[in-house]
Amino acid sequence: MKTKAAVVVIGGGVIGTAIAYELTLRGVRDIVLVEKNTLFSGATARCGAGVRQQWGTEMNLRLSIGSVKRYETLAEELDYPHGIEFSQTGYFMPVYTEKQRQQFEKNVSLQRKFGLDVQYLQPEECRSIVPIVSLDGLLGATYYDKDGYLSPFHTTAAYAEAAKRNGVCIEKNTEVLGFTMEKETIRSVKTNRGDISCDCVVNAAGGWSQEIAQMAHVTLPLFSERHQILVTEPIEPLFRPMVMSFTHGFYTQQEPNGAILMGVGDPHEPKGYNMDHSYHFLHTVASLVTSVLPAVGKARVVRQWSGLYNISPDKAPILGLPKEVNNMFLAVGFSGHGFMVAPMVSEMIAQMITNEELSIPEARTQLDLGRYDRGERIVEPSVV
Amino acid sequence: MNLKDDNTIVCRCADVTLGEIKEAIRKGYTTLDEIKRLTRAGMGQCQGKTCRNLLLQIIANELHISPTDVELSRLRPPSVTIPLELLAKEDANEN
Ligand SMILES: Cc1cc2nc3c(=O)[nH]c(=O)nc-3n(C[C@H](O)[C@H](O)[C@H](O)COP(=O)(O)OP(=O)(O)OC[C@H]3O[C@@H](n4cnc5c(N)ncnc54)[C@H](O)[C@@H]3O)c2cc1C
Repeated sequence: MKTKAAVVVIGGGVIGTAIAYELTLRGVRDIVLVEKNTLFSGATARCGAGVRQQWGTEMNLRLSIGSVKRYETLAEELDYPHGIEFSQTGYFMPVYTEKQRQQFEKNVSLQRKFGLDVQYLQPEECRSIVPIVSLDGLLGATYYDKDGYLSPFHTTAAYAEAAKRNGVCIEKNTEVLGFTMEKETIRSVKTNRGDISCDCVVNAAGGWSQEIAQMAHVTLPLFSERHQILVTEPIEPLFRPMVMSFTHGFYTQQEPNGAILMGVGDPHEPKGYNMDHSYHFLHTVASLVTSVLPAVGKARVVRQWSGLYNISPDKAPILGLPKEVNNMFLAVGFSGHGFMVAPMVSEMIAQMITNEELSIPEARTQLDLGRYDRGERIVEPSVV
Repeated sequence: MNLKDDNTIVCRCADVTLGEIKEAIRKGYTTLDEIKRLTRAGMGQCQGKTCRNLLLQIIANELHISPTDVELSRLRPPSVTIPLELLAKEDANEN
Protein backbone atom coordinates (compact mmCIF):
# COMPACT_ATOMS: atom_id res chain seq x y z
CA MET A 1 0.00 0.00 0.00
CA LYS A 2 1.13 3.56 -0.73
CA THR A 3 2.38 5.53 2.25
CA LYS A 4 1.84 8.95 0.73
CA ALA A 5 -1.06 10.48 -1.20
CA ALA A 6 -2.47 13.82 -2.22
CA VAL A 7 -5.97 12.77 -1.21
CA VAL A 8 -7.18 9.86 0.91
CA VAL A 9 -10.85 9.08 0.29
CA ILE A 10 -12.45 7.10 3.14
CA GLY A 11 -15.34 4.88 2.05
CA GLY A 12 -15.93 2.61 -0.94
CA GLY A 13 -19.63 3.34 -1.45
CA VAL A 14 -21.09 5.26 -4.34
CA ILE A 15 -20.07 8.60 -2.81
CA GLY A 16 -16.41 7.74 -2.17
CA THR A 17 -15.82 6.04 -5.52
CA ALA A 18 -17.55 8.86 -7.42
CA ILE A 19 -15.46 11.50 -5.63
CA ALA A 20 -12.25 9.62 -6.43
CA TYR A 21 -13.25 9.54 -10.10
CA GLU A 22 -14.26 13.23 -10.18
CA LEU A 23 -10.91 14.19 -8.68
CA THR A 24 -9.08 12.39 -11.48
CA LEU A 25 -11.08 14.41 -14.02
CA ARG A 26 -9.63 17.55 -12.45
CA GLY A 27 -6.06 16.39 -12.76
CA VAL A 28 -5.55 15.28 -9.17
CA ARG A 29 -3.04 12.43 -9.04
CA ASP A 30 -2.03 10.26 -6.12
CA ILE A 31 -5.42 9.36 -4.77
CA VAL A 32 -5.90 6.44 -2.39
CA LEU A 33 -9.38 5.18 -1.56
CA VAL A 34 -9.61 3.08 1.60
CA GLU A 35 -12.55 0.81 2.39
CA LYS A 36 -12.76 -1.29 5.54
CA ASN A 37 -14.72 -4.10 3.85
CA THR A 38 -15.27 -4.45 0.10
CA LEU A 39 -16.60 -2.00 -2.46
CA PHE A 40 -20.36 -1.47 -2.25
CA SER A 41 -20.71 -3.15 1.12
CA GLY A 42 -22.32 -0.30 3.09
CA ALA A 43 -25.61 1.50 2.50
CA THR A 44 -24.93 1.61 -1.23
CA ALA A 45 -25.23 -2.17 -1.49
CA ARG A 46 -28.39 -2.26 0.59
CA CYS A 47 -30.38 0.63 -0.78
CA GLY A 48 -33.55 0.83 -2.84
CA ALA A 49 -31.56 2.73 -5.47
CA GLY A 50 -34.53 4.86 -6.37
CA VAL A 51 -33.81 8.17 -8.04
CA ARG A 52 -36.44 10.85 -7.77
CA GLN A 53 -36.51 14.47 -8.81
CA GLN A 54 -39.86 15.25 -7.17
CA TRP A 55 -38.51 17.37 -4.33
CA GLY A 56 -39.90 20.41 -2.60
CA THR A 57 -36.82 22.64 -2.20
CA GLU A 58 -34.65 24.30 -4.81
CA MET A 59 -31.47 22.73 -3.43
CA ASN A 60 -32.79 19.17 -3.51
CA LEU A 61 -34.23 19.78 -6.97
CA ARG A 62 -30.87 21.00 -8.26
CA LEU A 63 -28.98 18.10 -6.70
CA SER A 64 -31.31 15.46 -8.06
CA ILE A 65 -31.98 16.94 -11.52
CA GLY A 66 -28.26 17.41 -12.18
CA SER A 67 -27.56 13.88 -10.98
CA VAL A 68 -30.23 12.25 -13.15
CA LYS A 69 -28.87 14.07 -16.17
CA ARG A 70 -25.44 12.65 -15.45
CA TYR A 71 -26.78 9.14 -14.74
CA GLU A 72 -28.48 9.10 -18.15
CA THR A 73 -25.10 8.95 -19.91
CA LEU A 74 -22.81 7.79 -17.11
CA ALA A 75 -22.20 4.26 -18.39
CA GLU A 76 -20.80 5.64 -21.66
CA GLU A 77 -18.83 8.33 -19.87
CA LEU A 78 -17.25 5.74 -17.59
CA ASP A 79 -16.85 3.26 -20.44
CA TYR A 80 -18.69 0.52 -18.56
CA PRO A 81 -20.03 -1.89 -21.18
CA HIS A 82 -22.41 -3.75 -18.86
CA GLY A 83 -24.33 -0.51 -18.27
CA ILE A 84 -25.70 0.76 -14.97
CA GLU A 85 -29.27 -0.44 -15.61
CA PHE A 86 -30.84 3.01 -15.34
CA SER A 87 -34.54 2.51 -15.81
CA GLN A 88 -36.71 5.62 -15.92
CA THR A 89 -40.05 4.12 -14.99
CA GLY A 90 -41.17 7.01 -12.80
CA TYR A 91 -42.15 7.72 -9.21
CA PHE A 92 -45.81 7.67 -8.19
CA MET A 93 -46.55 9.47 -4.92
CA PRO A 94 -50.11 8.99 -3.66
CA VAL A 95 -51.94 11.70 -1.71
CA TYR A 96 -54.24 10.87 1.21
CA THR A 97 -54.87 14.10 3.11
CA GLU A 98 -55.95 17.62 2.25
CA LYS A 99 -52.76 19.01 3.76
CA GLN A 100 -50.69 16.67 1.61
CA ARG A 101 -52.66 17.67 -1.45
CA GLN A 102 -51.87 21.34 -0.90
CA GLN A 103 -48.20 20.60 -0.26
CA PHE A 104 -47.88 18.36 -3.32
CA GLU A 105 -49.53 20.95 -5.52
CA LYS A 106 -47.04 23.53 -4.29
CA ASN A 107 -44.20 21.10 -4.95
CA VAL A 108 -45.44 20.39 -8.46
CA SER A 109 -45.53 24.07 -9.35
CA LEU A 110 -41.93 24.48 -8.10
CA GLN A 111 -40.88 21.30 -9.94
CA ARG A 112 -42.45 22.61 -13.14
CA LYS A 113 -40.46 25.84 -12.76
CA PHE A 114 -37.37 23.64 -12.84
CA GLY A 115 -38.54 22.13 -16.11
CA LEU A 116 -39.88 18.83 -14.75
CA ASP A 117 -43.10 17.72 -16.38
CA VAL A 118 -44.60 16.30 -13.17
CA GLN A 119 -48.26 15.38 -13.35
CA TYR A 120 -50.82 15.86 -10.63
CA LEU A 121 -53.25 12.95 -11.07
CA GLN A 122 -56.87 12.89 -9.94
CA PRO A 123 -57.95 9.65 -8.20
CA GLU A 124 -59.59 8.24 -11.33
CA GLU A 125 -56.40 8.91 -13.33
CA CYS A 126 -54.16 7.07 -10.87
CA ARG A 127 -55.05 3.64 -12.24
CA SER A 128 -53.79 4.52 -15.69
CA ILE A 129 -50.32 4.73 -14.10
CA VAL A 130 -50.65 2.11 -11.33
CA PRO A 131 -53.50 -0.20 -12.34
CA ILE A 132 -53.44 -2.12 -9.05
CA VAL A 133 -53.61 0.88 -6.68
CA SER A 134 -56.45 0.78 -4.17
CA LEU A 135 -58.76 3.79 -4.44
CA ASP A 136 -59.52 3.59 -0.72
CA GLY A 137 -58.96 7.07 0.70
CA LEU A 138 -56.90 8.09 -2.32
CA LEU A 139 -57.19 11.81 -3.14
CA GLY A 140 -54.75 11.80 -6.04
CA ALA A 141 -51.04 11.38 -6.74
CA THR A 142 -48.08 13.04 -8.33
CA TYR A 143 -46.18 11.20 -11.04
CA TYR A 144 -43.00 11.96 -12.93
CA ASP A 145 -41.93 9.54 -15.64
CA LYS A 146 -38.23 10.51 -15.68
CA ASP A 147 -37.64 9.38 -12.10
CA GLY A 148 -36.49 5.79 -11.76
CA TYR A 149 -33.78 3.58 -10.34
CA LEU A 150 -30.47 2.01 -11.30
CA SER A 151 -28.11 -0.69 -10.14
CA PRO A 152 -26.17 0.56 -7.11
CA PHE A 153 -23.61 -2.21 -7.62
CA HIS A 154 -22.86 -1.51 -11.26
CA THR A 155 -22.91 2.25 -10.72
CA THR A 156 -20.32 1.97 -7.95
CA ALA A 157 -18.28 -0.59 -9.88
CA ALA A 158 -18.35 1.69 -12.92
CA TYR A 159 -17.07 4.68 -10.90
CA ALA A 160 -14.46 2.53 -9.14
CA GLU A 161 -13.13 0.95 -12.33
CA ALA A 162 -12.91 4.30 -14.11
CA ALA A 163 -11.14 5.79 -11.08
CA LYS A 164 -8.69 2.89 -11.09
CA ARG A 165 -7.97 3.31 -14.79
CA ASN A 166 -7.23 6.96 -14.06
CA GLY A 167 -4.68 5.97 -11.45
CA VAL A 168 -6.61 5.79 -8.17
CA CYS A 169 -5.38 3.08 -5.76
CA ILE A 170 -8.33 1.29 -4.19
CA GLU A 171 -7.45 -0.48 -0.96
CA LYS A 172 -10.09 -2.88 0.28
CA ASN A 173 -10.04 -4.44 3.77
CA THR A 174 -8.33 -1.27 4.93
CA GLU A 175 -9.87 0.32 7.99
CA VAL A 176 -9.17 3.85 9.12
CA LEU A 177 -8.29 3.80 12.82
CA GLY A 178 -7.30 7.41 13.44
CA PHE A 179 -5.39 10.44 12.21
CA THR A 180 -2.12 12.13 13.01
CA MET A 181 -2.99 15.78 13.46
CA GLU A 182 -0.94 18.91 13.58
CA LYS A 183 -3.14 21.64 14.99
CA GLU A 184 -6.11 21.88 12.61
CA THR A 185 -4.55 19.78 9.88
CA ILE A 186 -4.63 16.03 9.28
CA ARG A 187 -1.09 14.95 8.38
CA SER A 188 -1.66 11.24 7.99
CA VAL A 189 -4.33 8.57 8.08
CA LYS A 190 -3.71 5.56 10.32
CA THR A 191 -5.08 2.27 9.05
CA ASN A 192 -4.87 -1.38 10.03
CA ARG A 193 -2.45 -1.78 7.10
CA GLY A 194 -0.19 1.16 7.85
CA ASP A 195 -0.18 4.94 7.71
CA ILE A 196 -0.73 7.15 4.66
CA SER A 197 0.52 10.71 4.86
CA CYS A 198 -1.63 13.07 2.84
CA ASP A 199 -2.59 16.62 1.93
CA CYS A 200 -6.27 16.11 2.51
CA VAL A 201 -8.93 13.58 3.44
CA VAL A 202 -12.46 12.97 2.19
CA ASN A 203 -14.89 11.57 4.74
CA ALA A 204 -17.37 9.49 2.71
CA ALA A 205 -17.85 6.82 5.35
CA GLY A 206 -21.66 6.74 5.22
CA GLY A 207 -23.21 5.48 8.45
CA TRP A 208 -19.81 5.58 10.12
CA SER A 209 -18.90 9.13 9.08
CA GLN A 210 -19.46 10.60 12.54
CA GLU A 211 -16.96 8.09 13.96
CA ILE A 212 -14.36 9.11 11.38
CA ALA A 213 -14.95 12.80 12.13
CA GLN A 214 -14.57 12.13 15.85
CA MET A 215 -11.11 10.72 15.16
CA ALA A 216 -10.22 14.28 14.12
CA HIS A 217 -12.06 15.67 17.18
CA VAL A 218 -14.97 16.91 15.08
CA THR A 219 -18.42 16.18 16.46
CA LEU A 220 -21.00 15.92 13.68
CA PRO A 221 -24.72 16.37 14.37
CA LEU A 222 -25.45 13.02 12.73
CA PHE A 223 -26.73 9.65 13.80
CA SER A 224 -27.20 6.34 12.07
CA GLU A 225 -30.37 4.32 11.98
CA ARG A 226 -31.23 0.90 10.61
CA HIS A 227 -33.64 0.76 7.68
CA GLN A 228 -34.98 -2.57 6.50
CA ILE A 229 -35.95 -3.75 3.07
CA LEU A 230 -37.11 -6.98 1.38
CA VAL A 231 -37.46 -8.52 -2.04
CA THR A 232 -39.98 -11.03 -3.35
CA GLU A 233 -39.84 -13.75 -5.96
CA PRO A 234 -40.50 -12.55 -9.48
CA ILE A 235 -44.19 -12.40 -10.37
CA GLU A 236 -46.04 -11.12 -13.44
CA PRO A 237 -45.72 -7.38 -14.12
CA LEU A 238 -48.14 -5.47 -11.87
CA PHE A 239 -46.81 -1.92 -11.72
CA ARG A 240 -44.00 0.08 -13.30
CA PRO A 241 -43.16 3.15 -11.22
CA MET A 242 -41.75 3.33 -7.72
CA VAL A 243 -44.73 3.82 -5.42
CA MET A 244 -43.80 5.97 -2.44
CA SER A 245 -46.38 6.88 0.18
CA PHE A 246 -45.53 9.51 2.78
CA THR A 247 -48.71 8.61 4.65
CA HIS A 248 -47.64 4.99 5.10
CA GLY A 249 -43.90 5.64 5.02
CA PHE A 250 -43.13 2.93 2.46
CA TYR A 251 -41.63 2.74 -1.01
CA THR A 252 -41.95 -0.21 -3.37
CA GLN A 253 -40.76 -0.99 -6.87
CA GLN A 254 -41.18 -3.94 -9.22
CA GLU A 255 -37.94 -4.72 -11.02
CA PRO A 256 -37.84 -5.68 -14.72
CA ASN A 257 -37.45 -9.37 -13.77
CA GLY A 258 -40.71 -9.16 -11.77
CA ALA A 259 -39.26 -9.18 -8.25
CA ILE A 260 -40.76 -6.57 -5.92
CA LEU A 261 -38.61 -4.52 -3.57
CA MET A 262 -40.11 -2.74 -0.57
CA GLY A 263 -39.05 -0.88 2.54
CA VAL A 264 -40.56 1.16 5.34
CA GLY A 265 -39.10 3.30 8.10
CA ASP A 266 -39.84 2.45 11.72
CA PRO A 267 -40.59 5.50 13.89
CA HIS A 268 -39.45 3.52 16.95
CA GLU A 269 -36.11 2.44 15.49
CA PRO A 270 -33.36 3.30 17.98
CA LYS A 271 -30.28 5.20 16.82
CA GLY A 272 -27.27 2.97 16.27
CA TYR A 273 -25.41 0.57 14.06
CA ASN A 274 -27.67 -2.49 14.26
CA MET A 275 -27.97 -4.19 10.85
CA ASP A 276 -30.06 -7.22 11.80
CA HIS A 277 -33.50 -7.85 10.38
CA SER A 278 -36.77 -8.34 12.19
CA TYR A 279 -40.04 -10.18 11.75
CA HIS A 280 -41.80 -7.03 12.90
CA PHE A 281 -40.58 -5.32 9.73
CA LEU A 282 -41.93 -8.11 7.50
CA HIS A 283 -45.35 -7.79 9.06
CA THR A 284 -45.39 -3.98 8.97
CA VAL A 285 -44.27 -3.54 5.40
CA ALA A 286 -46.50 -6.36 4.17
CA SER A 287 -49.62 -4.87 5.79
CA LEU A 288 -48.92 -1.32 4.62
CA VAL A 289 -48.02 -2.20 1.05
CA THR A 290 -50.88 -4.66 0.56
CA SER A 291 -53.33 -2.06 1.88
CA VAL A 292 -52.35 0.24 -0.99
CA LEU A 293 -51.47 -2.42 -3.61
CA PRO A 294 -53.55 -5.47 -2.66
CA ALA A 295 -52.45 -7.49 -5.70
CA VAL A 296 -48.87 -7.78 -4.50
CA GLY A 297 -50.10 -9.90 -1.57
CA LYS A 298 -49.46 -13.13 -3.45
CA ALA A 299 -45.76 -12.34 -4.00
CA ARG A 300 -43.51 -14.46 -1.80
CA VAL A 301 -40.68 -12.87 0.15
CA VAL A 302 -37.30 -14.41 -0.63
CA ARG A 303 -34.90 -12.16 1.23
CA GLN A 304 -34.76 -9.34 3.76
CA TRP A 305 -31.84 -7.21 4.84
CA SER A 306 -31.03 -3.80 6.26
CA GLY A 307 -28.61 -0.91 6.04
CA LEU A 308 -27.88 2.37 7.77
CA TYR A 309 -29.32 5.78 7.05
CA ASN A 310 -26.91 8.52 8.11
CA ILE A 311 -29.27 11.22 9.30
CA SER A 312 -28.64 14.96 9.58
CA PRO A 313 -30.81 17.50 11.45
CA ASP A 314 -32.52 18.73 8.27
CA LYS A 315 -32.22 15.45 6.34
CA ALA A 316 -30.01 17.18 3.78
CA PRO A 317 -26.36 16.30 3.20
CA ILE A 318 -23.41 18.08 4.78
CA LEU A 319 -20.73 18.98 2.25
CA GLY A 320 -17.41 20.71 2.79
CA LEU A 321 -15.01 21.48 5.63
CA PRO A 322 -15.83 21.64 9.32
CA LYS A 323 -14.49 24.71 11.08
CA GLU A 324 -12.19 22.66 13.34
CA VAL A 325 -10.18 20.88 10.62
CA ASN A 326 -8.92 22.52 7.44
CA ASN A 327 -8.39 19.45 5.28
CA MET A 328 -11.17 16.91 5.99
CA PHE A 329 -13.88 17.32 3.34
CA LEU A 330 -17.23 15.94 4.46
CA ALA A 331 -19.67 14.20 2.12
CA VAL A 332 -22.02 12.87 4.76
CA GLY A 333 -25.53 12.91 6.24
CA PHE A 334 -27.45 11.76 3.17
CA SER A 335 -30.41 10.77 5.34
CA GLY A 336 -31.62 7.93 3.13
CA HIS A 337 -31.32 9.56 -0.27
CA GLY A 338 -27.63 9.78 -1.09
CA PHE A 339 -27.56 7.43 -4.02
CA MET A 340 -29.76 9.66 -6.17
CA VAL A 341 -27.53 12.71 -5.69
CA ALA A 342 -24.12 11.04 -5.92
CA PRO A 343 -23.10 12.53 -9.30
CA MET A 344 -23.70 16.16 -8.26
CA VAL A 345 -22.32 15.72 -4.76
CA SER A 346 -19.13 14.04 -5.92
CA GLU A 347 -18.56 16.65 -8.60
CA MET A 348 -18.91 19.45 -6.06
CA ILE A 349 -16.61 17.84 -3.48
CA ALA A 350 -13.97 17.52 -6.20
CA GLN A 351 -14.56 21.17 -7.12
CA MET A 352 -14.09 22.20 -3.48
CA ILE A 353 -10.82 20.31 -3.24
CA THR A 354 -9.47 21.84 -6.46
CA ASN A 355 -10.77 25.34 -5.62
CA GLU A 356 -13.14 25.56 -8.54
CA GLU A 357 -16.49 27.23 -8.60
CA LEU A 358 -19.25 24.81 -7.60
CA SER A 359 -21.83 23.52 -10.06
CA ILE A 360 -24.41 24.76 -7.54
CA PRO A 361 -22.66 27.83 -6.04
CA GLU A 362 -25.23 28.12 -3.22
CA ALA A 363 -24.20 24.69 -1.92
CA ARG A 364 -21.13 26.25 -0.33
CA THR A 365 -23.26 28.24 2.10
CA GLN A 366 -26.41 26.12 2.22
CA LEU A 367 -25.02 22.61 2.63
CA ASP A 368 -22.00 23.38 4.81
CA LEU A 369 -21.80 22.14 8.39
CA GLY A 370 -21.82 25.74 9.64
CA ARG A 371 -25.47 26.17 8.63
CA TYR A 372 -26.61 24.55 11.86
CA ASP A 373 -24.56 26.99 13.96
CA ARG A 374 -26.08 29.86 12.01
CA GLY A 375 -29.56 28.48 12.67
CA GLU A 376 -30.16 27.80 8.98
CA ARG A 377 -31.59 24.62 7.50
CA ILE A 378 -32.84 23.12 4.29
CA VAL A 379 -36.57 22.89 4.97
CA GLU A 380 -37.66 19.99 2.78
CA PRO A 381 -41.38 19.17 2.90
CA SER A 382 -41.02 16.03 0.78
CA VAL A 383 -38.93 13.59 2.73
CA VAL A 384 -39.84 10.30 4.40
CA MET B 1 -20.77 -29.66 -13.79
CA ASN B 2 -18.27 -28.53 -16.40
CA LEU B 3 -16.06 -25.90 -14.81
CA LYS B 4 -13.97 -25.50 -17.96
CA ASP B 5 -16.67 -24.22 -20.31
CA ASP B 6 -17.41 -20.52 -19.79
CA ASN B 7 -20.96 -20.99 -21.09
CA THR B 8 -21.85 -23.32 -18.23
CA ILE B 9 -24.75 -21.86 -16.23
CA VAL B 10 -23.65 -21.60 -12.63
CA CYS B 11 -26.75 -19.93 -11.18
CA ARG B 12 -29.92 -21.19 -12.80
CA CYS B 13 -32.28 -18.80 -11.01
CA ALA B 14 -30.54 -15.67 -12.23
CA ASP B 15 -29.07 -17.22 -15.39
CA VAL B 16 -25.41 -16.45 -14.67
CA THR B 17 -22.61 -18.19 -16.57
CA LEU B 18 -19.21 -19.34 -15.42
CA GLY B 19 -17.67 -16.79 -17.81
CA GLU B 20 -19.45 -13.92 -16.06
CA ILE B 21 -18.27 -15.09 -12.65
CA LYS B 22 -14.68 -15.46 -13.84
CA GLU B 23 -14.80 -12.00 -15.40
CA ALA B 24 -15.90 -10.47 -12.08
CA ILE B 25 -13.11 -12.28 -10.24
CA ARG B 26 -10.60 -11.11 -12.83
CA LYS B 27 -11.70 -7.52 -12.20
CA GLY B 28 -10.91 -7.92 -8.50
CA TYR B 29 -14.31 -8.82 -7.05
CA THR B 30 -13.12 -11.83 -5.12
CA THR B 31 -15.57 -12.25 -2.27
CA LEU B 32 -18.89 -14.07 -2.40
CA ASP B 33 -20.73 -10.83 -1.51
CA GLU B 34 -19.16 -8.78 -4.29
CA ILE B 35 -19.77 -11.49 -6.87
CA LYS B 36 -23.37 -12.00 -5.78
CA ARG B 37 -24.11 -8.29 -5.90
CA LEU B 38 -22.49 -7.70 -9.25
CA THR B 39 -23.60 -10.79 -11.15
CA ARG B 40 -26.81 -11.57 -9.18
CA ALA B 41 -25.62 -15.19 -8.84
CA GLY B 42 -27.24 -16.65 -5.75
CA MET B 43 -29.78 -13.82 -5.50
CA GLY B 44 -32.66 -15.61 -7.24
CA GLN B 45 -35.48 -17.82 -6.09
CA CYS B 46 -33.39 -20.44 -4.33
CA GLN B 47 -31.14 -17.83 -2.71
CA GLY B 48 -27.98 -19.66 -3.60
CA LYS B 49 -28.91 -23.02 -2.13
CA THR B 50 -27.82 -24.63 -5.39
CA CYS B 51 -24.90 -22.49 -6.51
CA ARG B 52 -23.29 -21.24 -3.30
CA ASN B 53 -20.82 -24.09 -2.99
CA LEU B 54 -20.12 -23.96 -6.66
CA LEU B 55 -19.34 -20.24 -6.41
CA LEU B 56 -16.94 -20.92 -3.55
CA GLN B 57 -15.22 -23.58 -5.65
CA ILE B 58 -14.90 -21.23 -8.63
CA ILE B 59 -13.48 -18.38 -6.54
CA ALA B 60 -11.02 -20.80 -4.93
CA ASN B 61 -9.96 -22.18 -8.34
CA GLU B 62 -9.43 -18.72 -9.81
CA LEU B 63 -7.49 -17.43 -6.80
CA HIS B 64 -5.62 -20.71 -6.28
CA ILE B 65 -6.73 -20.97 -2.67
CA SER B 66 -8.78 -23.47 -0.72
CA PRO B 67 -12.58 -23.03 -0.73
CA THR B 68 -12.43 -22.80 3.06
CA ASP B 69 -10.35 -19.62 2.73
CA VAL B 70 -12.96 -17.77 0.67
CA GLU B 71 -14.69 -14.98 2.58
CA LEU B 72 -18.28 -16.08 3.25
CA SER B 73 -21.42 -14.03 2.88
CA ARG B 74 -24.24 -13.87 5.32
CA LEU B 75 -27.30 -16.04 4.76
CA ARG B 76 -30.36 -13.84 4.92
CA PRO B 77 -33.80 -14.87 6.11
CA PRO B 78 -36.44 -16.06 5.49
CA SER B 79 -35.20 -19.57 4.85
CA VAL B 80 -38.46 -20.48 3.10
CA THR B 81 -40.42 -18.04 0.98
CA ILE B 82 -43.56 -16.52 2.54
CA PRO B 83 -46.37 -14.69 0.72
CA LEU B 84 -46.83 -11.05 1.72
CA GLU B 85 -50.56 -11.52 2.38
CA LEU B 86 -49.76 -14.07 5.05
CA LEU B 87 -47.16 -11.80 6.66
CA ALA B 88 -49.66 -8.94 6.59
CA LYS B 89 -52.10 -10.98 8.69
CA GLU B 90 -49.72 -12.43 11.21
CA ASP B 91 -48.20 -10.20 13.79
CA ALA B 92 -45.86 -12.06 16.05
CA ASN B 93 -43.77 -10.72 18.83
CA GLU B 94 -40.17 -10.81 17.88
CA ASN B 95 -39.05 -13.03 20.65
C1 LIG C 1 -32.67 0.36 3.13
C2 LIG C 1 -32.13 1.57 2.44
C3 LIG C 1 -32.79 2.08 1.32
C4 LIG C 1 -32.30 3.21 0.65
N1 LIG C 1 -32.95 3.64 -0.47
C5 LIG C 1 -32.42 4.69 -1.17
C6 LIG C 1 -33.02 5.10 -2.39
O1 LIG C 1 -34.02 4.53 -2.84
N2 LIG C 1 -32.46 6.14 -3.06
C7 LIG C 1 -31.34 6.79 -2.59
O2 LIG C 1 -30.88 7.74 -3.23
N3 LIG C 1 -30.77 6.42 -1.44
C8 LIG C 1 -31.27 5.38 -0.72
N4 LIG C 1 -30.68 5.00 0.45
C9 LIG C 1 -29.54 5.79 0.95
C10 LIG C 1 -28.26 5.44 0.21
O3 LIG C 1 -28.04 4.06 0.31
C11 LIG C 1 -27.08 6.18 0.82
O4 LIG C 1 -27.38 7.55 1.02
C12 LIG C 1 -25.85 6.09 -0.05
O5 LIG C 1 -25.64 4.77 -0.50
C13 LIG C 1 -24.66 6.59 0.74
O6 LIG C 1 -23.48 6.22 0.08
P1 LIG C 1 -22.10 6.36 0.82
O7 LIG C 1 -21.05 6.01 -0.16
O8 LIG C 1 -22.04 7.68 1.50
O9 LIG C 1 -22.19 5.32 2.03
P2 LIG C 1 -21.87 3.75 2.08
O10 LIG C 1 -22.32 3.03 0.89
O11 LIG C 1 -22.36 3.26 3.40
O12 LIG C 1 -20.29 3.74 2.06
C14 LIG C 1 -19.51 4.09 3.17
C15 LIG C 1 -18.37 3.12 3.24
O13 LIG C 1 -17.44 3.55 4.23
C16 LIG C 1 -16.84 2.41 4.76
N5 LIG C 1 -16.23 2.74 6.05
C17 LIG C 1 -16.88 3.04 7.21
N6 LIG C 1 -15.99 3.22 8.20
C18 LIG C 1 -14.75 3.04 7.66
C19 LIG C 1 -13.44 3.08 8.19
N7 LIG C 1 -13.20 3.33 9.50
N8 LIG C 1 -12.39 2.85 7.36
C20 LIG C 1 -12.62 2.56 6.04
N9 LIG C 1 -13.85 2.50 5.50
C21 LIG C 1 -14.90 2.73 6.30
C22 LIG C 1 -17.99 1.44 4.90
O14 LIG C 1 -17.56 0.10 4.97
C23 LIG C 1 -18.80 1.73 3.64
O15 LIG C 1 -18.52 0.82 2.59
C24 LIG C 1 -31.14 3.87 1.14
C25 LIG C 1 -30.47 3.37 2.26
C26 LIG C 1 -30.95 2.23 2.91
C27 LIG C 1 -30.21 1.71 4.10
